[in-house]
Amino acid sequence: MSLIIGLGVVLILVILFLIFRISSLVGVAKGKDPNKIGRSNSINASLFIVFMVVSLVSFFWYSFSFFHEYTLPVASIHGKLTDKLFWITMVVVVGSFTIISIVMFVFLYKYQYKEGYKAKFFPDNHYLELAWTIIPAIVLAVLVFTGLRAWNDITGPASKDAEVIEMIGQQFAWTVRYPGKDKELGKVNFKLIDNVGNEFGLDLKDKNSFDDFKSLELHLPVNKEILLKIRAKDVLHSVFLPHFRVKMDAVPGMPTQFKFVATLTTAEMREKLGNPNFNYELACTEICGKGHFSMKMPVVVDDEETYAKWKASQESWLKQNPDYLKQVPDELKEAAKVIAGIVTEPAPVAATVVSEPVAVAETTK
Amino acid sequence: MATTDIHSHHDAHVHDDHAHDEHHEGNFWTKYIFCQDHKIIAKQFLITGIFWALLGGTLSVIFRLQLGFPDANLEWLRPVLGGWITEQGKLDPEFYLALVTMHGTIMVFFVLTAGLSGTFSNFLIPLQIGARDMASGFMNMLSYWFFFLSSVIMFTSFFLETGPAGGGWTIYPPLSALPQAIKGSGTGMTLWLVAMALFIVSSLLGGINYITTVINMRTRGMSFTRMPLTIWAFFFTAIIGLLSFPVLFAAALLLIFDRSFGTSFYLSDIYIGGEALPHVGGSPILFQHLFWFLGHPEVYIVLLPALGLSSEIIATNSRKPIFGYKAMIGSMLFIAILSFIVWAHHMFVTGMNPFLGSIFMLLTLIIAVPSAVKIFNYVTTLWKGNLRFTPAMLFSIGLVSFFLTGGITGIFLGNSAIDIQLHDTYFVVAHFHLVMGSASFFGMIAGVYHWFPKMFGRMMNEKLGYVHFWITFVGVYLVFFPMHYIGIAGFPRRYYSWTNFETFSGFADLNTLVSVAAILTLSAQFIFLFNFFYSIFRGRLAPANPWHSTTLEWTTPRNPGHGNWIGEIPSVYRWPYDYSKPGAAEDFIPQTIPYSETPESNLPHENELIKLETEDKEGAIIVGGHTPHH
Repeated sequence: MSLIIGLGVVLILVILFLIFRISSLVGVAKGKDPNKIGRSNSINASLFIVFMVVSLVSFFWYSFSFFHEYTLPVASIHGKLTDKLFWITMVVVVGSFTIISIVMFVFLYKYQYKEGYKAKFFPDNHYLELAWTIIPAIVLAVLVFTGLRAWNDITGPASKDAEVIEMIGQQFAWTVRYPGKDKELGKVNFKLIDNVGNEFGLDLKDKNSFDDFKSLELHLPVNKEILLKIRAKDVLHSVFLPHFRVKMDAVPGMPTQFKFVATLTTAEMREKLGNPNFNYELACTEICGKGHFSMKMPVVVDDEETYAKWKASQESWLKQNPDYLKQVPDELKEAAKVIAGIVTEPAPVAATVVSEPVAVAETTK
Repeated sequence: MATTDIHSHHDAHVHDDHAHDEHHEGNFWTKYIFCQDHKIIAKQFLITGIFWALLGGTLSVIFRLQLGFPDANLEWLRPVLGGWITEQGKLDPEFYLALVTMHGTIMVFFVLTAGLSGTFSNFLIPLQIGARDMASGFMNMLSYWFFFLSSVIMFTSFFLETGPAGGGWTIYPPLSALPQAIKGSGTGMTLWLVAMALFIVSSLLGGINYITTVINMRTRGMSFTRMPLTIWAFFFTAIIGLLSFPVLFAAALLLIFDRSFGTSFYLSDIYIGGEALPHVGGSPILFQHLFWFLGHPEVYIVLLPALGLSSEIIATNSRKPIFGYKAMIGSMLFIAILSFIVWAHHMFVTGMNPFLGSIFMLLTLIIAVPSAVKIFNYVTTLWKGNLRFTPAMLFSIGLVSFFLTGGITGIFLGNSAIDIQLHDTYFVVAHFHLVMGSASFFGMIAGVYHWFPKMFGRMMNEKLGYVHFWITFVGVYLVFFPMHYIGIAGFPRRYYSWTNFETFSGFADLNTLVSVAAILTLSAQFIFLFNFFYSIFRGRLAPANPWHSTTLEWTTPRNPGHGNWIGEIPSVYRWPYDYSKPGAAEDFIPQTIPYSETPESNLPHENELIKLETEDKEGAIIVGGHTPHH
């Protein structure tokens, strides 16, 4: 197979060389004036028109008829806004692109070399130059200001009752940490990370860490503000949720965040797309090594009730790794067991017992 | 006045030296290897650049095979790639990353910086401003040999067992700092950093020379406002490089410290390979700021020379003055300044302060204005011209087309809100490959076709040039245009394969098309190579001024020796764009023709200059330098 291809290539090269040699010899024999501008000039000019027509037609044809193939459905509030900005910009850009291209290619054809014609000496024109400095400047200014407003909204502070979820990137997997019932993520320290169980580097001196739980699937509540807290353990990664128009790097040593509201549950999106197998996905978009292309995490958007149920069904990390109880300071141990769900919460009397050590812990801090 | 006098004497002195020199031709080593003649150095840069371009292009075709034909068996590449082909006959995913890294590094630095600026700044600056050589021939020679050394080191890294650098051409730490994170961050990365440090030395030596030569060594009458746009472009490029490359040097140096001496400039809170590293307090974002402080100006270091070359070629072959000469200089100046304050638009979603993002978005979209002005000026130059489609002209038109198509997508990416979705997707790949990669590459090829007669005294074959152009032009569009769709669909770049994701499962057809087009485009470059090397030896002998051009380089002998002009350096009396001037018999008036000889075509204000021309030859400088055009 490769031999045939190789031979074919050689053959084509030989033929090309012969054609080239013969044509230049014929040119010499005919005594052609090499400085004279010949038919090639008009062929090139016509080819530009052919190129323009074919490429513009295929561009518009593909863009319209494959619209649903290359556009991703959007499922977040700010995503709808940025999509809108994207398409407004697209109209402006494609409009000017088409006009300039057509003008340029038509000029190429129309003003091709003609014997005896003298070009117009037209070195400058201040009005023209002023016009095409100011018009793009105004158009761009409008685009900038709409973009700025959107950007400021997107990157502004999250509301206090936003659902906080932590994404952690490492080579080559994502993990998610939920704050548990207290809605507060426990403190972490990269020096506490170990190979055995403490992959978060959870600091168990912090009571907020007791009920944190881990998930290998990102569950999100619908129509509720979500604040993704993002960090990385080893190298740069980047959280990319294509359907929610969310992207933010995960940086070791510098926590980042992104807030957004998902608008369609997985079930709703499946229905909308008529695809019962549809799933949201999370991808890594910052080169992070060998497995960069496989850093995927499944994403599920639940309605409020299902989300609450799912959360309630998750075991705390401490419960799954009870060995780490020994790192919990003695005065917090009992509370930790209760908060982590290792012992079921005793009746009302015990409730006060629970709150007491917590108070103690706070005073001892 | 006094300085002018000194300069003209200096010129005369240099000339005497060379008249003397011409008696000793020198041996092979001093003539072709350790040569201080700017023309030979330019050719050295060009040939080395061509080597790198072929290698860089081949690397891209190898990784396009993986992306376009994910199921293909690549066993047949084993003789070349050896262990980088896995047992299943696939490309090793880590080698895939090394390929994209080296493709980027080679193309951006070794081809489009050294190959482009190195070739044409060296070749054209002395020839077009009327100088015997560069200000320092020795430094110029050093510039090439530092580049050569850098090339050797970078090339060596391909033969390491752990492979060349693989952290992306932007070498973001911590990935590039930690050998345990990726194999390429071992010795490969060390060689990358050493090679780049030497490259920067080369670039600075060259840049200082270009700037000095342009400022000090212009011939009589060659005022700044009479310089061809090529020279203006090289001048700005050299200044940008001089101000930005040292920052990359610093960034690389600190990375070397982090890698080898345990410092923590870029590293903090890292747990990798089962242990927490001692580094605390560094910031990976700091590296990105430093890198892009060079990285963004670098885009213009690559692009401006190409725009300069194409301005010259388009004016010559339209037989018209370039439209808005001063506006062109103004936009280049504006671009050069703005290029330093837009770098963080590469970092909108890196976790950088969002307020900084809004500032950089504003500045970024401002830079689109001078770029738009340039496009409009090119198109207006074509208007009512008498267009001759030489291969150089075709490639220059290709450049304008790519500059337009690739430039306007920058309006999406410069908008931080829209960039959230598009960042690090194929949309970005499409954008910069068109606007910076292909446009600059076309500028470089156009330059070769146009100045080949001056470089080698022979003509390249035009028909082969046409075939080369059309295949490459269509090929480049077929490679990069579909990537916009793939990018809008969210496909991330630097992915070895997308099959792990349902979201990115489509577009196998477009990816195959892109790969086929890439192979076709690379193959077409062999037509050029053949034409290039064949014509050096067998091409038709070039006439003195084959394109009927106005600039000074065409007043030199067919094969100019060291010193460029036999006898006195010609004086310059007019700007370089007197094409199709009303009243003139020919459709071009060379810069060396005084106004006193062309009363039939002079504009009113030009008639006033005649007196000064004839009174005192040296007056021409003062007039050109201080009298406004209007």
